[in-house]
Amino acid sequence: MTLAVWISFLAAAFNLSAVFLFGSTGEIVVEKSGHLNLGIPGVMSVGAAAGCMTVYSLMKAGITSEFALLFLPMLSTILAGGLMGLLYSFMTVTLRANQNVTGLAMTTFGLGLAGHFMNGLKANFGKIASASYAYKNFFKVDVKLGDTGFVNSMKQIFLSHGFLVYFAIIVAIVAQIILSKTRTGLHLRAVGESPATADAAGINVTAYKYIATIIGCAIAALGGLYAIMEHLFGRWDYVCEGFGWLSIALVIFTIWRPGLAIPGSIIFGALYILKEKWLVTNETIKFAIKVLPYVMTIIVLIITSIVGSKKAQAPGSLGTNYFREER
Amino acid sequence: MEHEIAIQMKNITKTFGPVVANRGVNLDIRKGEILSVLGENGCGKTTLMNMIAGIYYPDEGQIFVNGEEVTIKSPKDAFRYKIGMIHQHFKLIDVFTAAQNIALGVKKGRYSLKKVAAEVRDMCDRYGFQIDPKKMIHEMSVSEKQTVEIIKVLYRGADILILDEPTAVLTPQEIRTLFKVLREMKKDGKSIVIITHKLNEVMEISDRVAVLRKGEHIATVDTKDTSEKELADMMVGKKVELNIDRKDPVDPKPRLFIEHLYVKNKEGRYAVEDVSFTINGGEILGIAGIAGNGQKELLEGIAGLQRVSKGDIIFHNPKKNKPVTFFHKKLRQIKRMAAEGFFHDPQGNKVDFKGKSNKEIIRLVNEEQVLFYEDEIIDLRHRTPRQIQELGIKLSFVPEDRLNMGLVGNMSIVDNMALRSYRKGRSIFVNKKRPKALADKIIRELEVVTPSDMTPVRRLSGGNVQKVLVGREISSSPKVLMAAYPVRGLDINSSYLIYNLLNQQKEKNVAVVFVGEDLDVLLALSDRLLVISGGKVAGIVDARKVTKEEVGMLMLSNAKADAHAVKTAAENAAEEDKQ
Repeated sequence: MTLAVWISFLAAAFNLSAVFLFGSTGEIVVEKSGHLNLGIPGVMSVGAAAGCMTVYSLMKAGITSEFALLFLPMLSTILAGGLMGLLYSFMTVTLRANQNVTGLAMTTFGLGLAGHFMNGLKANFGKIASASYAYKNFFKVDVKLGDTGFVNSMKQIFLSHGFLVYFAIIVAIVAQIILSKTRTGLHLRAVGESPATADAAGINVTAYKYIATIIGCAIAALGGLYAIMEHLFGRWDYVCEGFGWLSIALVIFTIWRPGLAIPGSIIFGALYILKEKWLVTNETIKFAIKVLPYVMTIIVLIITSIVGSKKAQAPGSLGTNYFREER
Repeated sequence: MEHEIAIQMKNITKTFGPVVANRGVNLDIRKGEILSVLGENGCGKTTLMNMIAGIYYPDEGQIFVNGEEVTIKSPKDAFRYKIGMIHQHFKLIDVFTAAQNIALGVKKGRYSLKKVAAEVRDMCDRYGFQIDPKKMIHEMSVSEKQTVEIIKVLYRGADILILDEPTAVLTPQEIRTLFKVLREMKKDGKSIVIITHKLNEVMEISDRVAVLRKGEHIATVDTKDTSEKELADMMVGKKVELNIDRKDPVDPKPRLFIEHLYVKNKEGRYAVEDVSFTINGGEILGIAGIAGNGQKELLEGIAGLQRVSKGDIIFHNPKKNKPVTFFHKKLRQIKRMAAEGFFHDPQGNKVDFKGKSNKEIIRLVNEEQVLFYEDEIIDLRHRTPRQIQELGIKLSFVPEDRLNMGLVGNMSIVDNMALRSYRKGRSIFVNKKRPKALADKIIRELEVVTPSDMTPVRRLSGGNVQKVLVGREISSSPKVLMAAYPVRGLDINSSYLIYNLLNQQKEKNVAVVFVGEDLDVLLALSDRLLVISGGKVAGIVDARKVTKEEVGMLMLSNAKADAHAVKTAAENAAEEDKQ
């Protein structure tokens, strides 16, 4: 395998990593509030569908400004994701529905809803795909393909991507800083660890849970938009779902730290690409490779459980709904 | 001398459903004093203080802070009035550092853990605490955690600190340190309230003592003008005559021997230490003691639910002249026991099965031709809970939240009955006929209020749940019945129903162990009374002769701290026994 292939492999891995990074950062924010949202695949699909519809209507209206084509779909994706988050938190925080059941219902609901709209757009996928240049070119640095000099290679791996890749990293870093360095982050973590304690300390548990879930889902939805704009070109079925589950796995893989999710997402991206494009032609091995991200997640889970460090565990109240005992 | 008053409570009343927790309480907390709030379990002392701390809201009455009437609806409100409470169960987050926990929920200035840490060190110097702000809570000892809780409250600027049983979890050295700190804070002008039931600590630390009994404020006295004896009398009060029909035990025979029993609690400390006593058939043995003094561990140890560290539990199975069955024993066991001379036939001749084929032996056993010669003696240690249950030793424990032990909330009464009997029968399907009959019988006889026998237990009221729980254990015709807090939270009529049930069991020659909270009931129901204190036996007395005050002293004697009092009270009781 030549160096050029390696470089383009790494570039593609980095390019794809943003999907996982959005998904897992969003899910980490949700889980830090103590809610396990298994609806991420649904949220990502709905986000993708909302983005596509916006792109389509913009193009129909004859708007070709790169800026509009980039930011308006992002805005609608964020809105759609936030609405899904609002629905999830209404069910689990206010109505105290079981989180696992609600999450899975959100996934099926989201996939169905997105599928409905995407099927309607099917004829126009080509058009939408042609708009994805907005995503690819914004911020992009030109590289000479085939030049394997150091500077050019680095450029190709790290700088030859669209705007959303960098935005994903910024979001992850900001999330990490908020979680570990600010009072808001401290309070959010407290809510996720022990809502009763947070409540006794005068923290508005319900507000934190709602806001974290809505923001988290909005972030995750961007992952769906990115996936469909950058990678799919008209293929739609089941893809967002797969990305969604992998994002949830990545949360465990990175032991609930958005900062660690940056390298983690690149690893997941590489493993995902490995089967998709390069290096392997044997079908059996392809399938084996497909499983790798999940296998690695399980290994991480086993290791953190054996080591038993309290720092590397899921938030204490993850999966259980809180309600202040009324006496 | 005039005292400045920090908090004044006027005519405070609080009820939980039909249960009155506090009735018309008037209490003052002065500035710069240490006030003890003393009382038995369930006398409403914690509830009362929770109302100042914003956990509960009083149904009636007024609270004044510095002379102004206030409404305290949440802990946040309480902090506004500079009131902070340190609960028995610490409210700390395990994976945070001390500083993070202290900063939680406080919005003052820019968020900087360094600043918090500096302030914490400041406080440590002022009051003599020792704490590392960067240490994680899960790496801390109980006393360190308590320190963090106190600092947390101080950090929010509290001037009035309420500590709920602060010494319950501490070692004697740690208690000394805590008291030193409390005195320092008092010097600094802070008011400190300690909720407790330990008399010796009350005498040592407090300036004044407020005594509560059954939700009512009995008196507040200056510590220097009172004695432990006087306080104990105020706590337990005058004896109330209850109309429980107690018959004299007929021919009580030892059923269960507990010898030098040691059981550890969850934290790995001994909750039961060197406890020895005998339980007789046809008698009710009451166990008195302040909750959390090892009652639960003791009963669970006997029932096989907790590992027994040391000691013996010997069960005399009343099998004399009863036929042996295959229910508990395998053929091999029966043959071995026969060889050792355990059995005789109805004519009184020894049975040893010599020269008999297995088939013949099975026939003889099934025809009830093989009888026990003596009571069977069984060591219950190393038996599984299930084996112990099958021997007829039943435990019905009503925990504080009532639903967590013994019943499945989402299942119906019938299904809960079937939980005990599903192993019987050969079919792979559960036979619901008998559980249903039993459920209906319990509903009828114990007057359980329920829409139907298929209603999930969770939907029943607390009292009805308890009736189902106790009824199920009694229905299984036990040989030893251990009922812990069976009337917890029940109204009077339901309570009497349960007392009568226990008495009926006693008349059926069952050995009944009754763990209760209400001394009056214990004295009126039991034949003998075992008083447990600090996990040790403080005395075993005749419930017909002992006085309430004596039992009160025994309960409070906390074997370690006040060995002398234990002795004298126990001796008094023993002397009375002789007379």
